[in-house]
Amino acid sequence: MRAALADFWLLHAPVLSVLLPLFTAVVLLLLGDRGGAGSEQGAARLRWHRRISVASGVLGLVMAVALVRQAAAGELLVYRLGEWPAPFGIALVLDRLSAAMVLLTALVALPVLAYATGGWDARGRFFHALFQFQLMGLAGAFLTGDLFNLFVFFEVLLMASYALLVHGQGRERFRMGVHYVVLNLVASGLFLIGLALVYSATGTLNMADVGRHLAHLQGDVQVFARVAALVLLVVFGLKAALLPLYFWLPGTYAAASAPVAALFAIMTKVGLYSIVRVHWQVFGDAADGAALSVADWLLPLALATSVLGVVGALAAHSMARLVGYLTVSSVGTTLASVALFTPATLSAALYYMLHSTLVIAGLFLLVELIATQRGDMHDRLQPAHAVREPVMLGAMMLFGAASVSGLPPLPGFLGKLMVLQASSGLPGQAWVWSVVLAVGFLTLIGLARAGVIVFWHVQPVAAPGARLPGRHLRMAPVWVFMALTVALAVLASPVKRYTDATAAQLARRDDYGRAVLGTEAASAPTTRRYDGQRVAPDSTPQEKQP
Amino acid sequence: MSMEFLLATGVGMVTATGIYLMLRGRSFPVVLGLSLFGHAVNVFLFLMGRLWVNAAPVLTGEGLLADPLPQALVLTAIVIGFASTGFVIELALRSRHESGTDQVDGHEPGGPRA
Repeated sequence: MRAALADFWLLHAPVLSVLLPLFTAVVLLLLGDRGGAGSEQGAARLRWHRRISVASGVLGLVMAVALVRQAAAGELLVYRLGEWPAPFGIALVLDRLSAAMVLLTALVALPVLAYATGGWDARGRFFHALFQFQLMGLAGAFLTGDLFNLFVFFEVLLMASYALLVHGQGRERFRMGVHYVVLNLVASGLFLIGLALVYSATGTLNMADVGRHLAHLQGDVQVFARVAALVLLVVFGLKAALLPLYFWLPGTYAAASAPVAALFAIMTKVGLYSIVRVHWQVFGDAADGAALSVADWLLPLALATSVLGVVGALAAHSMARLVGYLTVSSVGTTLASVALFTPATLSAALYYMLHSTLVIAGLFLLVELIATQRGDMHDRLQPAHAVREPVMLGAMMLFGAASVSGLPPLPGFLGKLMVLQASSGLPGQAWVWSVVLAVGFLTLIGLARAGVIVFWHVQPVAAPGARLPGRHLRMAPVWVFMALTVALAVLASPVKRYTDATAAQLARRDDYGRAVLGTEAASAPTTRRYDGQRVAPDSTPQEKQP
Repeated sequence: MSMEFLLATGVGMVTATGIYLMLRGRSFPVVLGLSLFGHAVNVFLFLMGRLWVNAAPVLTGEGLLADPLPQALVLTAIVIGFASTGFVIELALRSRHESGTDQVDGHEPGGPRA
């Protein structure tokens, strides 16, 4: 029995991470929603929704840990959907990077779910079903080995995020929701244009196969590939909130309900992941250095994003916007490290990304905890009533601020140190060092300003209003996020070994191609551009130039 | 040659019209612009499998066949585009209901904010 289960897991591991949230969501939809906790029947349904959703989250976390353990061995696990051979069918590929991202998703999702059961999930319909659909889209996007499939999973997670963003209703949410949806629909259109260009240049959309084609392109087809790389950078830049495309983020995240904003902390990382996967891995091998042509754009934009994000944080007039701007800034720092295009900087970027996602998700939850204790002022950065639990919330705030701005010995410090160390000796070193250090300092000032206003510059009476029910349920997830960042610092050595191995694995593009395409050939593409000609079944397809 | 010219200018014009409409201030033109842009993108995606004249679909086993993959891709894109257009219309209506104006910023130009 146990052996059969282990075999089943080995055979189907990648797809299970996608199917689990899908089935959970479908079960939740079938169970129905009687409009939340208002009626007795609705309350019973809601309890079941919570149980199923949290149980699925726990199971997802266990599976994600198993995936990481499996990926850590270094072997690529390829799951061919419907047993179609790789460049023709869609393959899910589990490597170290995708396993780490799936684990990060599960680590963020579970505390956020617990937080949402403290009351937010009763303020609208089908919160848990939408949440699970979002998890499905995230897992699929991280695991797929096909560019068009990446687009489809992007749409799945975006569709869920559109509905989650307006969860809880209200004028501001719908106003920001329209902006968010329209922007993302335009980005989806651009994504399709980029994919069409890739297809026209290479005749395939399988990531491994595209990578092999790019090395052999010549003439105007090469220009197509370069245009495609830049168009895709725009698309992923919008998701990741890169410089000219980040203006939607702070307002949108501030308008979203706290658990949704905390979950969205991982949405920017989808863009970041896609840049690593597509521009680093797939385009990285191109003959004319198409990836490097992206690097010329990416490094200055990422550094400017980091600076402008922290300037926005200094000027923010509410705590939620402040944390939103910190998200932008941390994405900028991470992308700057990615944009140096060496394995060492990529490894540092991944470590920093793990840390910043967890701490920012925790801060979004903390902001709401503080806001509920400040009466009518909510999270606006103006003097108001004192919070009821200054010690507890202040400690959390101090901890989060120190962590996000990179004070030793917290992992933010380690992450930034790794970025600095990895970038030393590279051409962009002076810029990266000055920006990373200045941004860390300004982040600390911004958060110190917020802390002073919220905790010290107060009227000495606490805001009126009863204590919220489920207070501990809301406090615990924030502590969990803080504990996770500490764990990341304590386990820095094994985590860094893992990210080092991840970067090394991404750089070995031939191994990836061999595993996915299942051929012994080192670098020849397995498909050709469609030209209407047929190939006899027994002859090997040859690459044809137009 | 003329076919390529016709399609290229057609896609370009529809895209330009879509972008112009998306930059308008009211939600109805924005939604129209989005769907025009979506159509242009779909045709572009379709064309990137090259133009095939007098070619049969992949259903028949004989003779010259048109590239079937862009057809499959565009079908997926149409379905997704249709669903998201439906969603954005619903969202725009709801936003109109919440804010009392169909401006995408939630207030009339020059009017009081929020």
